[in-house]
Amino acid sequence: MLFTSLPFVLFVAILVLTYYAFVPHNERWGLLLIASLGFYFFADPRYLIFIFVTALTAFIIADITEDYNAKRKAYLKANKADMDADVKKKYKATTTRVTRLLLALSLIINLGILAYTKYINFFIENINAVRGGEPLSFVNVIIPMGISFYTFQTVSYSIDVARGTCKAQKNFWKFLLFVSFFPQLVQGPISRYEDLSKTLYDPKPFDFRNVSYGFIRILFGYFKKLVIADRLVIGLKTLTESPDEYKGAFVFVVMMFYAAQLYCDFTGGIDITIGIAQMLGITVKENFDLPYFSKNIKEYWNRWHITMGTWFTDYIFFPLSVSSRMLKLSKWSRNHLGNAIGKRVTVYISCFCVWLATGIWHGAAWHFVVWGLMNFVVIMASQELEPLYERFHGRFGLKTKGWYGAFEILRTFLLMSSLKLFDCYRDVGVTFRMFGSMFTTFNAGKLFGGELMNLGLSGGDYLVAGLAIVIVFLISLVKFLKGTDVREWLYDRYPLFVLSCVCLLLAVAVFGAYGAGFDASQFIYNQF
Amino acid sequence: METGAKKFTYKTLVMAVSTVLGVAVTVLALWFLQKLLVPKYQRGVVEGSMIEEYYDSNEPHEVLFLGDCEVYENISTVTLYENYGISSYIRGSAQQLTWQSYYLLEDTLRYETPKVVVFNVLALKYGEPQSESYNRMTLDGMRWSSSKWNAIDASMTDGESMIDYVFPFLRYHSRWDELTRTDFEHVLDKDRVTINGYYMRADVMPEAEFPSPMPLSDYTLPQSAMDYLMRMYELCRENDIELVLIKAPTLYPYWYEQWDAQVRQFSYDYNVPYINYIYLRDIMGLDMSTDTYDAGLHLNIYGAEKFADYIGRYLTNSFELTDYRQIPEVAQQWEDDIVFYDALRDAQLAELQQYGELRSWGANAIES
Amino acid sequence: MDELIEILKDLHSDVDFNTCTTLIDDKILDSFDIVSIVSEVDDRFDVTIPAKELVPENFNSAKALWELITRLQED
Repeated sequence: MLFTSLPFVLFVAILVLTYYAFVPHNERWGLLLIASLGFYFFADPRYLIFIFVTALTAFIIADITEDYNAKRKAYLKANKADMDADVKKKYKATTTRVTRLLLALSLIINLGILAYTKYINFFIENINAVRGGEPLSFVNVIIPMGISFYTFQTVSYSIDVARGTCKAQKNFWKFLLFVSFFPQLVQGPISRYEDLSKTLYDPKPFDFRNVSYGFIRILFGYFKKLVIADRLVIGLKTLTESPDEYKGAFVFVVMMFYAAQLYCDFTGGIDITIGIAQMLGITVKENFDLPYFSKNIKEYWNRWHITMGTWFTDYIFFPLSVSSRMLKLSKWSRNHLGNAIGKRVTVYISCFCVWLATGIWHGAAWHFVVWGLMNFVVIMASQELEPLYERFHGRFGLKTKGWYGAFEILRTFLLMSSLKLFDCYRDVGVTFRMFGSMFTTFNAGKLFGGELMNLGLSGGDYLVAGLAIVIVFLISLVKFLKGTDVREWLYDRYPLFVLSCVCLLLAVAVFGAYGAGFDASQFIYNQF
Repeated sequence: METGAKKFTYKTLVMAVSTVLGVAVTVLALWFLQKLLVPKYQRGVVEGSMIEEYYDSNEPHEVLFLGDCEVYENISTVTLYENYGISSYIRGSAQQLTWQSYYLLEDTLRYETPKVVVFNVLALKYGEPQSESYNRMTLDGMRWSSSKWNAIDASMTDGESMIDYVFPFLRYHSRWDELTRTDFEHVLDKDRVTINGYYMRADVMPEAEFPSPMPLSDYTLPQSAMDYLMRMYELCRENDIELVLIKAPTLYPYWYEQWDAQVRQFSYDYNVPYINYIYLRDIMGLDMSTDTYDAGLHLNIYGAEKFADYIGRYLTNSFELTDYRQIPEVAQQWEDDIVFYDALRDAQLAELQQYGELRSWGANAIES
Repeated sequence: MDELIEILKDLHSDVDFNTCTTLIDDKILDSFDIVSIVSEVDDRFDVTIPAKELVPENFNSAKALWELITRLQED
């Protein structure tokens, strides 16, 4: 069931009505669980087995861990007087080992399932490429929908419980809902148990404003997704499927199309997710914060796919950087390589690991790995150049000038759009060649020779997509410059709010690229 | 306190009213847009208008023709009336499949019960759904009933879905890019394109050589089609309707001997008349150098009048049909049809005289 | 406490760490800074800040960070 299919829309409509009309407040989570499992069931009943195994193992191990931690705390408290520092330390060390083992077990099972389903064939492919001789045959596995998202949610829960920063859920069915909550199964966000559990099991009571906000957000999500993203995809397909026909200036067109397409597809999907949750009285963390208004790449990654970024920071970057081994390495390198370089070594290693993991997480393919590492390179370069920039800015007082800010935003946008080419062409060599062709044979005149009309998009399509992008841009601009949420502004002028809903709905209905004649393309992040 | 409460109710009222208005406007707009965006089939490809047009015809119809272009282009309903007083209707449509004919019969029975149903057998060669666009032209025009639902269900090709038939808007919304004047002019009412289901063409293009028939690996008529023929037969029996099977006199698409034999067998087994008019072309006086407009695929008005005259004689002789020329209320309506018929023919002849070809009908009239 | 402020000043000389309480929320300190702080604290106070303590509440102000360090020292 796609987000953009009519059955999904009806499914959500019926759910929201039932939810408020017939189900008492404290049982609403139960309805959500049924709906979520149903959603999964209709996608493919076999998926249920996977999600069930993941949820059950994480649940049981977290439960045991918490009990163990509680006992350990109680023991320490009870025997405080009798223990000297050494005994205490020893006791702590052994018990810590037990919790670590438990956590490791949970992570191995769940990350193992993820690794096996998603990466086994990629692994075999590469072994075959290196080994030569009789190739190993591929394994026939199904990749459960949203497995990367729900596995990451489960892993964060397991770690948080082991760390003691989060209380374990004692009701398995409630926990299963956290893992399987359907709006975020398709493309995130990756919620933390601490955040989501607050409203998931105890949703806000019916509130007209909340439901209206959710409703218009869903409409806006469909608008971005169906009117812009799914329309541009048609042109992108033509451009990237035969790259050698569309070089130079066309690569720039690809960059622009893909930047708009990916943004609208992904944020549109998130809008639908958060909108549905909001209609249900549930607060889901934001995943985007005007990413294309970032002034540098680090800021960009703080604003784009936020929940993924923080996940990698909290569960890979930090643990790795502050591990005792890394701290020792840091000390050693500072002593031997000097303070300036030595300080960086550990950060760079951790950062490298994070971006490698990010690349792999995005998909089982080399172009994702290269894409991840290119991000690492660019972030490191900008980190190193920062003092230089600072001096440059200071010398000319650039920081205070508005146009310079705009330049920085544009620069970051172009840089990020260039990196996205890897994802677009899905082949490392082709990407480098195409990127190069922009500088060798740009030939802007070619764009106006009528070839843009042969990409599968009509003049009307360009007009509609263009106007829709302007609308999305203006709404973002208002938010960026004034901090105003257009939704709230409209709601305070309620008739205007209704008018906007009507216009959005009609625009999606008429101009949406759905149905026969359009390939219903899945959300890009669906496959991750 | 009081003013606060008042303010609150006023605001609530505004919100309630605008919400209700918003919903109403949306529904209305979607309804209107659907009307605007669905193809109108008013010029060029008019076949999509035929099925719907039936519901506007007020005369009683004692003879109902079912089938594809071999009925709706080949039999002049006006000739049937003028020569024999037969009041008939052709519920034909492009590439009408056997199950569609069956469900159209069901549909027709909701409105009237004819005495004779004439089914053209060419469609029996298809056992599977064929093409979305032909499906649409046959099915979209049907009024909603279980018959329409079942007809759609039986006809959908891969990739089609019921919801697109329930809300044609979903299928046609992307036509916003290709709307023409016709779409705007005919949002709410459509022009008449047939005379009781007969699609007239007055131009002439003599019959040409057809490619010789390809040998088939299997000459058995598909079971699914034969099953629906059977159901048609049973439905007719239940309603005391005489079923007549015909094969129109046109030669292409090719009608194989083996197929003919199977239909003959059916005719024998169930005592249903079957007439293959291919063998009777000479007797009915068809001259394929003048009686076809597209090199022999379909008859033009001259051929259709000859075929109608011939089949009309058979129908009058074989069944007790009313001579509606004697019934003033019906005759009056037929006179109006004749006026339309003559005017249409004259208009086509005038264009032929002026340009040597038809400009407002057929392939030249297709709007891009 | 003064030594801690000194560590922080090394990272961002233009921030008043004595008063600022939104170091994380306002994105003054990023993840790289936090790692540097952890490693400096490890050096100078011989206190290892574990990963589970790397949460905004502990790093939003110099005071909160100092409280964290003292708490870990006592442990």
